[in-house]
Amino acid sequence: MTPPKDFTAAVGSDMRVAPRRVLFVTRRTSPQVKLHDEERVQTFPEVLVRALLAVECLAIALVLMSLFFNAPLEGIANPTNTPNPAKAPWYFLGLQELLHYFPPIVAGVLIPGVLITALLVIPYFDINIEAEGFFLRNRQRRLLVSMGLSAAFAVFLLFFDVYVALPAVAVMAGLMLLAAASSPQSPNRFRRYLALRPVSWWIMTWFLFEMVVLTAVGTFFRGPGWSWVWPWRS
Amino acid sequence: MPSPIATALDRLERTRVWRSIFRSGKGRSTLHNALVIQQSVFLHLFSVKVRKRMLSLGATWYLGTLTLATFLLLVVTGVLLMLYYHPSVPQAYTDVKDLQFVVSSGLFLRNLHRWSAHAMVFLAFAHMFRVFYRGAYRPPREFNWVVGVVLLLITLLLSYTGYLLPWDQLAYWAITVGTNISSAVPLVGDKIRFLLLGGHFVNANALLRFYVLHCVILPLSAVLFLAVHFWRIRKDGGLYVRESEPGAAEAAQTSTTEEREKP
Repeated sequence: MTPPKDFTAAVGSDMRVAPRRVLFVTRRTSPQVKLHDEERVQTFPEVLVRALLAVECLAIALVLMSLFFNAPLEGIANPTNTPNPAKAPWYFLGLQELLHYFPPIVAGVLIPGVLITALLVIPYFDINIEAEGFFLRNRQRRLLVSMGLSAAFAVFLLFFDVYVALPAVAVMAGLMLLAAASSPQSPNRFRRYLALRPVSWWIMTWFLFEMVVLTAVGTFFRGPGWSWVWPWRS
Repeated sequence: MPSPIATALDRLERTRVWRSIFRSGKGRSTLHNALVIQQSVFLHLFSVKVRKRMLSLGATWYLGTLTLATFLLLVVTGVLLMLYYHPSVPQAYTDVKDLQFVVSSGLFLRNLHRWSAHAMVFLAFAHMFRVFYRGAYRPPREFNWVVGVVLLLITLLLSYTGYLLPWDQLAYWAITVGTNISSAVPLVGDKIRFLLLGGHFVNANALLRFYVLHCVILPLSAVLFLAVHFWRIRKDGGLYVRESEPGAAEAAQTSTTEEREKP
């Protein structure tokens, strides 16, 4: 049994008929309402079978690679015989390349520390929430800032003789100029793409670019005494 | 008429023992398929249903799945390698030599472990950048991104500690170069290095420590964080979809306002 109501509900804007307005019905749909739910499939078997197929392809590729290429194995460890150059695994060669230019406290501690911290806090920055093209608003000022930063970074790299990182700076600055000169309605697909890139995209792409360049240089272009060598001349 | 294998399978699935293990029961109904996921201790980390468009290759490139696959491959080959390996000097090196030349398929086993390790590092990085460029790290998935960064670091440490184990020149000097960097940490640098190596130089103590890190501590922490990582995908609303991406957001907004304008 529901308790007896001590009120009556009525809807109307006429004060004489309905003295109290208890309900507002707006014409618009509220933003939380889902107009349609998108199609879903079951994890079993649809997703699991596809995942297994992908895993199988990777396993076949790795098995083939293991059949045809042997893992390196050199002579037994000898603390009295230092190979020249002594190289870290490939994913640390970017850092080892930095170690060549900067003191260990900077290249070995400060830069990795800052990078890891930056990666950890990425989602807690609201910088990318609106995710709009970086140069679509305040174009003049933002272009000035980004070009100024590029120039300052280039001078910094020149100061420490990090010439290998300069081409990436030039390319990124060029892309930013192109992005600032492009509109999202541009007929060129690439320019349309650039114009819509948010600031986070520019930072991450720049970082990725430099990381790939430094790792490649450390892996392929460094010989005895960390001197520059051409990989095809060895 | 059904094939003999199908009949045998059918009979197996009806046995009491089978039904006591797999509680999803016989049948391919929606409910049964859902129970396969929900009633399994491993699979229940994942959601029962997935948005259909996330199945396409372009949506994820299956990078997370493949990273997990390399990890499992590494666990299997790694355990097999452990059967032939002693973490002592100089036996570690002769064990690896034996793997190359004496143990049946030992060379293949070591190759597979080595190349899978490189693949895992590469795939973990690729997965991270893919997630970033998709914007899939944004709220409510921010914590899962952090877990992912931790997993990336664990992956790098796993690969790095494994690098020393063959005890050849390559291993020895790569670890020497790497651990020398830790001395650069202000105040506690040498202490960290001593803790890692169990001494002032890369020697037998360092090999044992790297072995324990590589085979016990790091894999266990990886499994722990992986469980959280997968579980959070479900808890954070499934795999990320494009809605909040630049173009899609504007397109969605204009379409809903158009719908609203209609009388």
